Amino acid sequence: GFYANSSMPSQVTHELLLICTCLCSCLSLRSTAHQLCRVQSQGFLTCTYIHFFHRQEIMKWNGWGYSDSKFLYNKKGQAEFTGKRYRLSGMIIPGLREWMESTFGANLQHKTPAAPILNSSVVQPPTLNEAFLKELKSTGIPFSHDAEDRVFRSHGHCLHEIFALREGKIGRVPDLVVWPNCHNDVVKIVELACKHNVCLIPYGGGTSVSSALECPPEETRSIVSLDTSQMNRILWIDEKNLTAHVEAGIVGQDLERLLNESGYCTGHEPDSMEFSSLGGWVATRASGMKKNIYGNIEDLVVHIKMVTPRGVIEKSCQGPRMSTGPDVHHFIMGSEGTLGVVTEVTMKIRPMPEYQKYGSVVFPNFEMGVACLREVARQRCAPASIRLMDNEQFKFGHALKPQVSSIFTSFLDGLKKFYITKFKGFDPNRLCVATLLFEGDREKVLQHEKQVYDIAAKFGGLAAGEDNGQRGYMLTFVIAYLRDLGMDYYVIGESFETSMPWDRVLDICRNVKARIVRECKDKGVQFPPLSTCRVTQTYDAGACVYFYFAFNYRGLSDPVHVYEQVEHAAREEILANGGSLSHHHGVGKLRKEWMRETISSVGMGMLKSVKDYVDPNNIFGNRNLL
Amino acid sequence: MASKAVYSHRDPMLKKRDDFEDMLEERRNSSDLRYALKCYTPVLYKGLTPCKVSELKQMVLQSDQLGYVITQVSKEKGMTSDEVTGEAAAILEEMAQRLQLSTVRFFAFTLSKVFKTLFRSICINEEGLQRLQQAIHNHPVVLLPSHRSYMDFLLMSYILYTYDLALPVIAAGMDFMGMKVVGEMLRMSGAFFIRRSFGGDKLYWAVFSEYVKIMLKNGYAPVEFFLEGTRSRTAKSLTPKLGLLNIVMDPFLKGEVFDISLVPVSISYERTLEEALYARELLGVPKPKESTSGLFKARKILSEDYGSIHVYFGQPVSVRSLAESRVNRSQFNLIPRHIPTRPSEEILSFVNDSAYRLVRAQEENMVLKPWVLLAFVLLQKQAAEEKQGTALDELTEQAVWLRDLSRQYGAFLHWPDHIPPSEVVSSSLSLHRGLVRISEGRVQLALEQVGGQQVPGETRGAITPEEELLNKAVVILSCASYRNQALNVFIRPALLASAIHTAASNRKQEIYNSFSFLRNMFSNEFILCPGATVQDFEEACYLLVKTGTLQINQQEVLITERGHRTLAFLTSVLDPFLQGYQVVCRFLCEQDGLTEKQFIPAVRKFIIKHLLTGRLGYIEVLSSDLQKNALAALIRLGTVQKIKGGEEQGTLKLNKVMLNSLEDTLGGKLPTQKSVVAHL
Repeated sequence: GFYANSSMPSQVTHELLLICTCLCSCLSLRSTAHQLCRVQSQGFLTCTYIHFFHRQEIMKWNGWGYSDSKFLYNKKGQAEFTGKRYRLSGMIIPGLREWMESTFGANLQHKTPAAPILNSSVVQPPTLNEAFLKELKSTGIPFSHDAEDRVFRSHGHCLHEIFALREGKIGRVPDLVVWPNCHNDVVKIVELACKHNVCLIPYGGGTSVSSALECPPEETRSIVSLDTSQMNRILWIDEKNLTAHVEAGIVGQDLERLLNESGYCTGHEPDSMEFSSLGGWVATRASGMKKNIYGNIEDLVVHIKMVTPRGVIEKSCQGPRMSTGPDVHHFIMGSEGTLGVVTEVTMKIRPMPEYQKYGSVVFPNFEMGVACLREVARQRCAPASIRLMDNEQFKFGHALKPQVSSIFTSFLDGLKKFYITKFKGFDPNRLCVATLLFEGDREKVLQHEKQVYDIAAKFGGLAAGEDNGQRGYMLTFVIAYLRDLGMDYYVIGESFETSMPWDRVLDICRNVKARIVRECKDKGVQFPPLSTCRVTQTYDAGACVYFYFAFNYRGLSDPVHVYEQVEHAAREEILANGGSLSHHHGVGKLRKEWMRETISSVGMGMLKSVKDYVDPNNIFGNRNLL
Repeated sequence: MASKAVYSHRDPMLKKRDDFEDMLEERRNSSDLRYALKCYTPVLYKGLTPCKVSELKQMVLQSDQLGYVITQVSKEKGMTSDEVTGEAAAILEEMAQRLQLSTVRFFAFTLSKVFKTLFRSICINEEGLQRLQQAIHNHPVVLLPSHRSYMDFLLMSYILYTYDLALPVIAAGMDFMGMKVVGEMLRMSGAFFIRRSFGGDKLYWAVFSEYVKIMLKNGYAPVEFFLEGTRSRTAKSLTPKLGLLNIVMDPFLKGEVFDISLVPVSISYERTLEEALYARELLGVPKPKESTSGLFKARKILSEDYGSIHVYFGQPVSVRSLAESRVNRSQFNLIPRHIPTRPSEEILSFVNDSAYRLVRAQEENMVLKPWVLLAFVLLQKQAAEEKQGTALDELTEQAVWLRDLSRQYGAFLHWPDHIPPSEVVSSSLSLHRGLVRISEGRVQLALEQVGGQQVPGETRGAITPEEELLNKAVVILSCASYRNQALNVFIRPALLASAIHTAASNRKQEIYNSFSFLRNMFSNEFILCPGATVQDFEEACYLLVKTGTLQINQQEVLITERGHRTLAFLTSVLDPFLQGYQVVCRFLCEQDGLTEKQFIPAVRKFIIKHLLTGRLGYIEVLSSDLQKNALAALIRLGTVQKIKGGEEQGTLKLNKVMLNSLEDTLGGKLPTQKSVVAHL
């Protein structure tokens, strides 16, 4: 339930009631909403629930995504994905069990179920700053210090965060949650926070994987989580300049859906776009799957408004490029909530693409695949998205194939497999797959497609169909759900990313994967880990690589600690081999220790002096980055 | 006193070593032909992409690394890049190996015959081979055998073939190329040839380093080379050469492979084939140019008994773990890796420390035969001028005493404990009968002998005193080459013993200073890891205290009653070297305008003169190895400066004040010096 303070002025109570009603009607509409939703390219059905005050009612409090969507083993011991939101929803995935058993040595007999409900009694009572609270109430901005609300906003999705929640362990959580409705609300909140020395932590979609949302345990002030979810409107669309002015709390899927209604899109599709917010993208320097056409967040943003303890920062015009000293937007982008709250953003928009086509290419080995991607980048003809999975990930993707409906399909699959492995002589333990997504007008897409396939052919690549491509992208959205399944059966894991120059891609992939395997062995992990990677973005001068790493932790007394040590070692390995600290996940608190060596002491000093000027009292005290 | 630990001292008695198997035994019992034609299917590197010899060359010529240098050279020399590429291809052609199994099979057959004739046994630690096999499967492997004989690399390949392990490619000196047929055969058994010096030749260096790296990275074959750079003529380990080690570590440091395994291999010969050859070389008879016919003359050798060979494959050393928390690999992040760069100080010191560590690993696993201990005793007796020789019982007693001491110091001694010591001694003596004379139950070095160990081509009749001295020296240096095999066991305690002897008081600090001086002085002579003075001192103290020779408290070092014998022995170990360095200092003091080239002949002449007049005690200071090391040490210490470039190129600039004082310090209070100093 919503926390309504008894001493609340009646006007506020009234407003809240209104919201509640609206909320309930939303809920009751849920079933009908499904019928209206159309299947989107990303493989999930779009529905808008995110601007609920209580996201936990439709989202898991201790896992990824929607409560109704999850992997489980049914009574027959077959893997199944529940719910109705995704392409995979309601389907049986026959290969998953065997893959899990053989890859991790996992066993359906050995379960590690999560604590089913949050036990509010383990949540520390809030430390409230009464003076702040009193003035806040007078502004009429909704707030809550309900335990569930606070716990939900106390974490991102790092392994240790979710693992602790599943075990019912709750650390320091925000003392209060506020829901500003617009820029001016934020201005008021920040003013009050400064006045009463309250710590503010901006909260957007909650999909952080850098411990950025963790409350610093050493923080003694009252911590207020500033939830931007109510600031979710598109304020205007400017078709002449192809820009849209949007409130920063809007969630990716809503932004796209609303723009689509007017025939536009931003094209910014990070893997977390179902849940992550525009403000979060700006604050972390996010990157989208289709950046080859649309650009990363820094290319998409035209204007930013941010509320800081010093006041509001914004530029005076919307010129597409300016030579006015260092770009102040770059102090904001990547500031990770340490300087203020992004409230409104003007973004570039594009007419929706006329035509979309998936594709895939099989390469005899990863080396050839990387060489092909490099050539594609050299010729600057990368499709909207091009991703290369290594062999383990290819097998993983294979294991996630839903049950085929007809004998004919399975026969065709068999034939394809025969053609590739026997006729073309590809080693099934070495081959790897690139997935492609083309976008644009039909003719150009087909032309483009041919160009890319021709390049691929030079590197031994064989076109492997649209289905494989599409399934690859679908995986992106369900993989986070899979981690929850793993955690039910002693398997923990996570992904992390980096970027590097082209000539180091293979070396980093090999060394980091090998380092993970070795560290697991050294740390006493009893089963061989899954250590796999994929190249997810190409640039002129390099690429972005994702690593996936998971292991069966049976027999370990402190699995999370082991996990963290291995991830730490893997990051050391990345840095030693010339990879970056992060391509788009950000630094948060998880990777802070490497900041100085990453940007030099002078660089640190520059960032610190900005922080000291903008926020001398550390009101935005999440302690990320520096 | 803290310094980076390269080598931590620990109880040497606790060293665990594998057992040996004689691989010749099976050869004596089954067909060599069948063995040479056996099915050979070695375990290969898991990341291997098989490629042919010709493809390998293409990969080198097409590499970015070489491409960069080719462009650079063509600009510098005003040649077209095709011309330079042609040069590079020619270099590669001259260098490249052409490993083929049929040649290896041929060698397997012939060597079986030869080995069975020459040696009683070839003993291998099979566990080491199992570890090696595992290492080859997991990572690129570098084999680092010790180098005491031409035999070494044939022997290595022979062993690897026998045990079905991947055959290595071997870095060999160009001098083998002189032997046409043999050179080509070696090439076909995996040798690749490197010019001895190619100082400033960028192109040569690029071709060479790229060739080695490509073979290594791709796991084409284990890469084998000799850390010591050349055969040690003295049987002491030589201070390591860093060039190739630098090259093979580079792919790891630059992230091109996950790890590299370095496998030290210790090969010890009970009797070295080149025994007398080396001694003569050290005395200044120029090294005969390797020629095929020369090798066949060596057939005489075939009729002799060379005892046994022990080959110990050490623990593979992971470059990754060596580099851990020592090298910041991200230093390579900012320059494209194909551009050749001078290694940083950090890298150089890392490679240097690693090299020392590896040479020490080789030394530690070197099997020592009882004869090595006898050589100590016989040489010391000779120096003490006991003309009538040593009684067999006394020799045995001293050998047994030394056996126990060396074991306490961790020596890998193969002394057959089930046989009475007197028999052990006499069988050792009989194997080395060319070096000793036994008459009326007394043993001494065969110095007076005529004919037996004669220098070939020498005219009979009137033997000058100088020739007589050199003949003696041949025997003494041959014998010293056996004693030297165990020097590494005693060196740290010996330095401490000499330091105690030289130091003005028994205060620990003073002894440490003295130890540190001696250690620094002799660090070109013995394998003493750079920067590890404190560890070495502690290790020496530990050993001498543990064996009851010394008592050490907070401030003082005290000699126990039973410690005197040990100390006397240990000081005498270092004596010849002290005297040698001292006489080199004296010699230099008396020089004006000496060039580096003139140094050896001149110092030799000087020493001969003083030996003949009886003013010097140790004939072995005639060893050019010692003289060169002494000069290198003096140059390192800045006492002598080598002028580079200009008209005076190669001239030695001498700081006589320092030389004088060094000579005095080396003289210290050591009794043998007194006469020398007085006379000079």
